[in-house]
Amino acid sequence: MLKVTVDLDVCQDHGQCVFAAPEVFTLDEDGHLAYVESPDEALRADAEDAADVCPLQAIRVEG
Amino acid sequence: MASPGGIAVVGASLGGLRAAEQLRAAGWERAITVYGDEPHLPYNRPPLSKEVLAGEAPAATTALRHRPSIADVEWRLGTAVESADLAARTLTLADGSVHAYEGLVAATGVRPRRLPLPGGPPRHVVRTLEDAAALRAELAEGVRVLVIGSGFIGCEVAATARRAGCEVTVVAPETEPMMLAVGERLGRVLRRRHEARGVRFRMGRLVSQHAADYVALDDGSECGADVVVEAVGSLPNVEWLGASAGVDLTDGILCDAQLRIGGLAHAVAVGDVARFPNPRYGALARRVEHWSMPADCAKHAARVLVAGLSGDGAASPHDATPFAPLPSFWSDQVDVRVQSFGLPGVGDGVRLLGGDPDSEDGDVVYGYYLGERMIGVVALGGARAVGMAGRYRAELMALPEAEPSSRSGV
Ligand SMILES: Cc1cc2nc3c(=O)[nH]c(=O)nc-3n(C[C@H](O)[C@H](O)[C@H](O)COP(=O)(O)OP(=O)(O)OC[C@H]3O[C@@H](n4cnc5c(N)ncnc54)[C@H](O)[C@@H]3O)c2cc1C
Repeated sequence: MLKVTVDLDVCQDHGQCVFAAPEVFTLDEDGHLAYVESPDEALRADAEDAADVCPLQAIRVEG
Repeated sequence: MASPGGIAVVGASLGGLRAAEQLRAAGWERAITVYGDEPHLPYNRPPLSKEVLAGEAPAATTALRHRPSIADVEWRLGTAVESADLAARTLTLADGSVHAYEGLVAATGVRPRRLPLPGGPPRHVVRTLEDAAALRAELAEGVRVLVIGSGFIGCEVAATARRAGCEVTVVAPETEPMMLAVGERLGRVLRRRHEARGVRFRMGRLVSQHAADYVALDDGSECGADVVVEAVGSLPNVEWLGASAGVDLTDGILCDAQLRIGGLAHAVAVGDVARFPNPRYGALARRVEHWSMPADCAKHAARVLVAGLSGDGAASPHDATPFAPLPSFWSDQVDVRVQSFGLPGVGDGVRLLGGDPDSEDGDVVYGYYLGERMIGVVALGGARAVGMAGRYRAELMALPEAEPSSRSGV
């Protein structure tokens, strides 16, 4: 099963993931990152793109 | 001696790494060899003008993580590819050895442009780990640093040097910093924020002469400098392809809409060195020197290359899917962050979407338009501003109405 994890200690709020995979990652009004930990399989490619464009390499996509 | 073949990736940085990973993802199971002239495995350049230059990041933290799928890739580091023969499908290395390949990925990036002015204070550029270490050794309280160029690397270096206690002046011919990337209005906001933090700007000026401890500007004034940093753009690393007839190497490697070089099914380019059309912004082929671009390119180019090598290139579904990445970049100028999505520089109108441009801090978001169509959004500030920018994603992702002529070849 698709599993997404973000190391929030490393994350610097670049928001690149939000643009790459808006159905997996969102920034709320206060700028807090929220994400779907077990997204639908159909979102795998988007989630992998998001991991690739995270400048801090803080996103892991497994499963 | 010729090696067995497989896919040769030239350039062992972000683009080369992503290309290798995406070749595996696209189903390529045979050999991949990555050739790089630097002695290092791929590392991340953005920290070089920021944390690494500030001495805050041990160089090791710049290492880029590799997917397990490329554990068997061969890395040939510390030796430049001197030339390529696209017809014979061979590479010649600086050590004279010749290597045969089936498919080629060009990922050789760019190098800093240098000014044709001899002499003067020690002059630096920032592109490699070694460059960053050499400049960092010069930055100390009270050192006068003159930064030539106000693009994103110039502005980042200025901010980092200022925070290290240096006296920093930026000289550039444009009216405002970062103008080519984000336009004059946001450039002005940025300049004011830098000035509030003690960076000086001499905009609209060129450097005309270097002397021992100062630099002369084209209005006859002088600017004291102990260290000069040249951040005046870049030159694509294309010379190794020079003898390959038929490839347009003017400002990068000209690629078709599928990132193929010279229409060949067995050669593609990715990253800073690739010049390609993006149907989002018309037919003009452009290079895009943004960190997100190698990943976007690699994903598309790897599929096209693998399809091309398996002989069904013409039938590849990717021929029907134009490569239309959404460019994006960020720039950290100490405590000022710029986040850009789309291609604001090609716009003809700018609108403030939120925030107060006159404040010295705080979030500001601008939208960039071509006629009525939004083609870029730039957020200044933290995650809230990016969140605000994110609301325009659908608009930025929408492709313009296709013109009849651009449809015909597809
Ligand atoms: C200081 C700095 C800060 C940056 N900050 C940001 C930022 O904040 N945000 C952002 O979006 N982007 C930033 N960038 C841009 C980003 O780093 C680049 O877009 C990215 O590195 C491009 O990757 P690439 O693999 O295409 O090219 P490169 O990283 O240039 O890699 C090309 C590699 O090929 C090698 N090579 C060249 N010729 C040969 C040859 N003939 N044979 C073998 N090897 C060869 C080069 O030595 C190099 O290792 C920054 C760049 C720099 C330099």
